[in-house]
Amino acid sequence: MRSVLQLRTPQSGNGDQHQFGGLNGKPAVKTVAASVRFRDPQIEMAHGAGGKASRRLIEGLFAPLLFNNTAAPLGDAARVEIDGSAVAMTTDSFVVKPLKFPGGSIGELAVNGTMNDLAVSGARGQAMLVTFVLEEGLPTSVLSDEVHAMAAAAERAGVTIVGGDTKVVERGKADGMYITTTGIGKFMAHVVIDPQSVRPGDKIILSGPIGDHGITILLARGELDLEADLSSDTRCVLPLIETMAEEAAPGIRWMRDPTRGGVATSLNELARDCGLGIVLSEEDIPMRNEVRGACELLGLDALHVANEGQFLAVVAPEYTDAAVNALSQTAGGEDACVIGEVRNEPSCAVLVTTRYGGSRIVDMLVGDPLPRIC
Amino acid sequence: MRYVDEFRDPELIIKASEEIYRLADPDRHYRIMEVCGGHTHAIYRFGLKDILPSNIELIHGPGCPVCVLPMGRIDDGLTVATNFDVIFAAFGDMMRVPGTQGSPFEHKARGTDVRIVYSPADALQIARKNPEKHVMFFAIGFETTAPSTALTLMRAKSEGITNFSVFCNHVTIVPAIRAILDSPDMRLDAFIGPGHVSTVIGCRPYEWIARSEGKPVVTSGFEPLDLLQSLVMLLRQLRAGEARVENQYKRVVPWEGNRAALKAMAEIFQLRPYFEWRGLGFISQSALRIRDEYAEWDAEQRFPIPGTRVTDPKAAQCGEVLKGVLKPAQCKLFGKECTPEHPIGALMVSTEGSCAAYYNYEHRKAAMVTSISSVA
Repeated sequence: MRSVLQLRTPQSGNGDQHQFGGLNGKPAVKTVAASVRFRDPQIEMAHGAGGKASRRLIEGLFAPLLFNNTAAPLGDAARVEIDGSAVAMTTDSFVVKPLKFPGGSIGELAVNGTMNDLAVSGARGQAMLVTFVLEEGLPTSVLSDEVHAMAAAAERAGVTIVGGDTKVVERGKADGMYITTTGIGKFMAHVVIDPQSVRPGDKIILSGPIGDHGITILLARGELDLEADLSSDTRCVLPLIETMAEEAAPGIRWMRDPTRGGVATSLNELARDCGLGIVLSEEDIPMRNEVRGACELLGLDALHVANEGQFLAVVAPEYTDAAVNALSQTAGGEDACVIGEVRNEPSCAVLVTTRYGGSRIVDMLVGDPLPRIC
Repeated sequence: MRYVDEFRDPELIIKASEEIYRLADPDRHYRIMEVCGGHTHAIYRFGLKDILPSNIELIHGPGCPVCVLPMGRIDDGLTVATNFDVIFAAFGDMMRVPGTQGSPFEHKARGTDVRIVYSPADALQIARKNPEKHVMFFAIGFETTAPSTALTLMRAKSEGITNFSVFCNHVTIVPAIRAILDSPDMRLDAFIGPGHVSTVIGCRPYEWIARSEGKPVVTSGFEPLDLLQSLVMLLRQLRAGEARVENQYKRVVPWEGNRAALKAMAEIFQLRPYFEWRGLGFISQSALRIRDEYAEWDAEQRFPIPGTRVTDPKAAQCGEVLKGVLKPAQCKLFGKECTPEHPIGALMVSTEGSCAAYYNYEHRKAAMVTSISSVA
């Protein structure tokens, strides 16, 4: 689970408006101090949990002071134009505990996570920088394992690691290690990700079962006397997205990898950005029984649980079949399916419907998911 | 998971809903209180109001342990933890509950050692692992959670673990129901009786509600079919002009309760003469304190407790909502100053609080114009 903020920079088809100030020689204009709205007196864990508090921090403090155009929706990667050619750029920090968990480890996560942020922005990751923050006393064998895992993940994902930085902090200060990866990628042809292009009637596609990563980490921490045959879903989703784009590129309106905050938070962000309603059909959302069981026991909503190897896509109705077929014929995309659609109502919200005619609103995650008492 | 699926079967749910429509007298308005916060949560989570007749009004009761805890107790617990460098351990539900100086999470960010535990036994384990520190378990809950606190205290004593104590806020459900029935502005037709509390105390303690107050009670489970079946049972009684206690949740609730759990409680706890409830005020013999034999493990006897009393913010109408007099959205602060992220009252914090449940699952549905059918 990531707990450090992803700095999302504005992105749009119009590079002139949304690139970083400075990159093209113009300084960033900071006339927006007045729009700083972040009033929380101190930073709490919730500000890094990917839900409402994270969004408030980014929109209320980082965006007005650091990003050039704060009106644009925040995406998973920035579009940067240098002398007329556009590249995608993103960064992500990994502070997962434990470092190793069933199905993966922090090193693998660090490569896949950044590749996925680029992929759901419609870009193929080409090169990556890696920063290690290491805790004094960390066994070399642990570090070496993670470097091996990163090398293997980079090879699988087809990305080159071109450099990085290393810092060591005092014992007790970094949970073993933190890793930050920064990726740069090339946009795929004909794929334009823009929440403003989403229309009522568009379908929501999910690439596979939800909640595997979050529940795996929760159980791997050993604080609960629960065991389940479950492993993290960490993987690079680029091959799936490329296959889908080949068949349905003109119909793809929006994509997101639902990491911290889960599917519910990603879709709530979309609903807010496009001003429309997202209506999901509960029975169509794929989920393993182990995840469902753990969520029932702990009182968590699986829609709020983190994923590391899934993505959501909003696709125009006429391209939906092509997109789902392409995904389900690709290794790892067998469970891809339509889980809902975009409607006019409820505006700016996500609604889940049941087969017996009941419905409920699902909001963004508030803070970390907390287990209930009884 | 089949065990859960059977209680969420769409065909059976639709049948039960049809039976409720058949039994409910269209000329009558039904006011039925679900006592337990878990029921409130389930009613919203499963969207059950969408499939019930509009003349059945479900009123949320006082059975959310976080919600009924007065702010002064939270302040007292956090003050002890901060002043005496004590590890403050509590259930996850407590972590965002606001005190006057902030919630446990806000105290954690300022340096107080605050830990989420899943059971009191986990708090005792923290004490075993940190012999140089004192661990205080901030106990909340009805008879549902009180037995596990009792067993943990017995364990602490038998193992001689002295760096552990309990700040006891356990309350009992029956006096709260009595207080609600005594409230002059409250008119109720029947009760959906609490499920998990009844696994410990059984169904017998509710018999006076049927006998003296003439109101039917059905102890209910937490799945959609449980709740709908309980409504069917209540409507049948109301139609026949009867008032009995029935047990819908037989697969979990024994009529006589759990003797071993009750025995453990009796050994560790005694009734307080009175205790303050948020929204309901002081209720006599409604809460538990730790017996003197266990004084060494009683945080209220080991540490100087400020005994803070805090009146709820004037504009907040938690009391009225807690008593079922007001619906969550009728409170002036609902969804404006008071949201799950910035709760002013505890009802907005716990997933079992009626305000949080309404805010999370319901309130923006009201704005919907189009009818909702299955998608995809």
